[in-house]
Amino acid sequence: MEAATVAAEAALGQLRASFASGRTRPAAWRAAQLRGVLRMATEMEAEICAALRADLAKPCTEAYVHEISLVKSSCMFALKNLKKWMKPKKVPAGVLTFPSAARIAAEPLGVVLVISAWNYPFLLAIDPIIGAIAAGNAVVLKPSEIAPATSSLLANLLPRFVDGSCVRIVEGGVPETTALLEQKWDKIFYTGNGKVGRIVMNFAAKHLTPVVLELGGKCPVIVDSNVDLHVAAKRIASGKWGCNNGQACISPDFIITTKSFAPKLLDSLKKVLEKFYGKDPLLSADLSRIVNSNHFNRLRRLMDEEMVSDKIVFGGQSDQQELKIAPTLLLDVPLDSAIMKEEIFGPLLPIITVDKIHESFALINSMTKPLAAYIFTKNSRLQHQFERSISAGGMIINDTSVHLTNPHLPFGGVGESGMGAYHGTFSFDAFSHKKAVLARSFGIETKARYPPYTPAKLKILKSVLKGNLVAMIQAVLGCPRGA
Amino acid sequence: MGSDGEERAPEFGSMVGELREVYESGRTRDMEWRRSQLRGLVRLLEEKEEDIFDALREDLGKPRGEAFRDEVGVLVKSVKDKLQNLGKWAAPEKVETPLVAFPASAFVVPEPLGVVLIFSCWNLPIGLALEPLSGALAAGNAVVVKPSELAPSTAAFLAANIPKYLDSKVVKVVEGGPEAGETLMEHRWDKVLFTGSGRVGRIIMTKAAKHLTPVALELGSKCPCIVDWLDSQRDSQVAVNRIIGAKWSTCAGQACIAIDYILVEEEFAPILIELLKSTLKTFFAKPGHMARVLNERQFQRLGALLDDPRVASSVVHGGYFDPKTLSIEPTILLNPPLDSDIMTEEIFGPLLPIITVKKIEDSIRFLKSKPKPLAIYAFTTNEKLKRRIIEETSSGSVTFNDAIVQYGLDSIPFGGVGHSGFGQYHGKYSFEMFSHKKAVLKRSFLIEFMFRYPPWDDGKLGMLRHVFRFDYVNLFLALLGLRR
Repeated sequence: MEAATVAAEAALGQLRASFASGRTRPAAWRAAQLRGVLRMATEMEAEICAALRADLAKPCTEAYVHEISLVKSSCMFALKNLKKWMKPKKVPAGVLTFPSAARIAAEPLGVVLVISAWNYPFLLAIDPIIGAIAAGNAVVLKPSEIAPATSSLLANLLPRFVDGSCVRIVEGGVPETTALLEQKWDKIFYTGNGKVGRIVMNFAAKHLTPVVLELGGKCPVIVDSNVDLHVAAKRIASGKWGCNNGQACISPDFIITTKSFAPKLLDSLKKVLEKFYGKDPLLSADLSRIVNSNHFNRLRRLMDEEMVSDKIVFGGQSDQQELKIAPTLLLDVPLDSAIMKEEIFGPLLPIITVDKIHESFALINSMTKPLAAYIFTKNSRLQHQFERSISAGGMIINDTSVHLTNPHLPFGGVGESGMGAYHGTFSFDAFSHKKAVLARSFGIETKARYPPYTPAKLKILKSVLKGNLVAMIQAVLGCPRGA
Repeated sequence: MGSDGEERAPEFGSMVGELREVYESGRTRDMEWRRSQLRGLVRLLEEKEEDIFDALREDLGKPRGEAFRDEVGVLVKSVKDKLQNLGKWAAPEKVETPLVAFPASAFVVPEPLGVVLIFSCWNLPIGLALEPLSGALAAGNAVVVKPSELAPSTAAFLAANIPKYLDSKVVKVVEGGPEAGETLMEHRWDKVLFTGSGRVGRIIMTKAAKHLTPVALELGSKCPCIVDWLDSQRDSQVAVNRIIGAKWSTCAGQACIAIDYILVEEEFAPILIELLKSTLKTFFAKPGHMARVLNERQFQRLGALLDDPRVASSVVHGGYFDPKTLSIEPTILLNPPLDSDIMTEEIFGPLLPIITVKKIEDSIRFLKSKPKPLAIYAFTTNEKLKRRIIEETSSGSVTFNDAIVQYGLDSIPFGGVGHSGFGQYHGKYSFEMFSHKKAVLKRSFLIEFMFRYPPWDDGKLGMLRHVFRFDYVNLFLALLGLRR
């Protein structure tokens, strides 16, 4: 623990000195770092894919599409918009302080801590760093130890591509993370689960450090009968098993559909799954494995629970040796079963049926607010009701997961699924302080502002605040006289 | 807390439960309802103005002019501004979508967070309760307001009148002391705004962490005021007017954005002090034009700041404390030691230390070593100095050639950074503070790209590369090539 504290203090101390020197402020430095990250993602693609394959058996295409290319487009978006973001914005100064000029200037917070998760270990480490650097901060990254190959790859690569005096990596587990959390940061950005999110916020409270918490939840998918079923099934499958085999914060967690439509939906899903992963999915190279035996056992427990195991209608196979679990569909598990109370974070997809599709809203609202909610329907009224009645970090109509690729949309949770957002401009904002700057002149003096207060002055102040033009002129002319 | 807390917790539990039920019913989402609440607030402020002045005079000895200027007037203007802009703020905002997602549309939709809690502070007891309340209502939330018990008349006023002018099922006022506050925090809220000290801010955030309740903290700080050489007599007088206005005319210095201390070049200091003395005489010739110190405890605290003999000997004006009326004369100190309490703690009172530097630029280095304040003020016509202050210091806000007035401007965010807190409000920021910006993406079934899906092969990967480079021409060609 001691060694961890020493390491944490040293990293922070060095970065504070670097930040205080002003090194991270100029646009040129920030752009150079971003280009460095871009080069790293481009030149080291093979190594990154290899690390992801080692940590998660992640297929190279997923590694490219979901991690590497998103990092690259995030860099490019930041490079393109950096000057605009850094430029102070003029805002109306209003008549009360006339003549005056007001603007809002973004400034870095200082030295920030990014703690990333294991399921997208490259993306979730680098994407927040991109925002922190663009905003002019110095950063310490604590990658997840549950994805050790990626963690050590990052520790090896980052110093080669970015300025090591301002971007540092601290590897390790609970003791190292705790030692870091005990320090005073200007912001902490955490991606992970709600239990640890609470611990992070608790530590942050000691130093009044603001936080962004990107957490999870049970992302529901409502499937109406008025859909293009085959396309819907493909998009659901892609968002579920095509995203790290269900181990993603925005993966569809469970489906709600009508009793009458469920058989058709099941059928379609089974066909799609066979097309994607073949007759024996445990042998498919296109499925990630479960990250470690802890999670493997956790998922098996969810599947094996009494009253749940007999609801499996497809899949259910697993290989303990290889830590693989096949895409598994369950029909109408009890709502109080563990699989319906916890975030699944794996390849199990329960389908809950209701009599009428509208009942799905009440069911979703009885749970905590998820990071994402999805609906498949062509019925525009149902779409509108969905959008109005459900609160979630984000939502998609007629697709899953893809909203995170749009840099113009804020990505973050609400309620149990988190606080704060990032991506695109929101990343820059997450790591900035928007400082209001008001510049007045000595030109015009309003005596009515000052004591001794008289009823006459009060009258003028009232009228000024109401926007009364005559009163303002009077105020400016120095009325009332003799005061 | 003990058994008292346990007795109270169920009580608040049913209140919170009721508020959640009302919120779930959707009543607060309706735009007309929101507007009616804002109009209700305006009516409250206009019709009950005299009662408000009385309450503020009882709690703080606040003169009517100050009470109107800082609490009522600025609030009415702000709420009317919200009424005017509410439609715009609440409307979904369309954002770009990349071509490859075509056809698709993306929106950012503001929605209320749910049931929120606002802790107000004793020094601006109306403003610090009702400005955030107006934002929370505009954003469509149900609200609990917890006024400070240290301003009891105002707390009682709010408890009596808010139910009369606003929807009493949706807006509640909870009176009480720290135990009430702690008990409230045992519950989960969708957002908490706390205005007060850093010490209590830490407690609030720690309790909020248990429920993952997001918080905004508006905390205190030592707001410095840099005074540069001002060549013209008129400019110097205007500066001094504004400095006095921002110290003694703002709740006798008991305000988070009051000027805490001054930094000035040693040669200009005597000129400044003389001008301050003579203007103070004019402004405060008669009693009753300055608020009093809140209570005994604050009075003792301020007195104790002068216990240090090095500090007492630095007093150059004023220094008279009247325990009977809890008033303290406007007091100026010249160069008290930098390690004394008066220079390390937030003063929050009518004592003004003046610290001299050799060159005015030295004040920037001085500030960089201090915790980030809520506001930095500078009276100067030197554009280079202004630029350096903006770029080299950090604070909630910076105001040149005036002070406090930034509080009344609806177009700029108000809030701290570092030790002075996080989260911003006023104007549309009040609306945003109590909103969640929900990302909504809508796609059609129409166009499907099979390269999205497994089984993966190099051909598909190749096409995906084109997509991510926004290389639509090559993508199109590749698609054609693979079509039979």
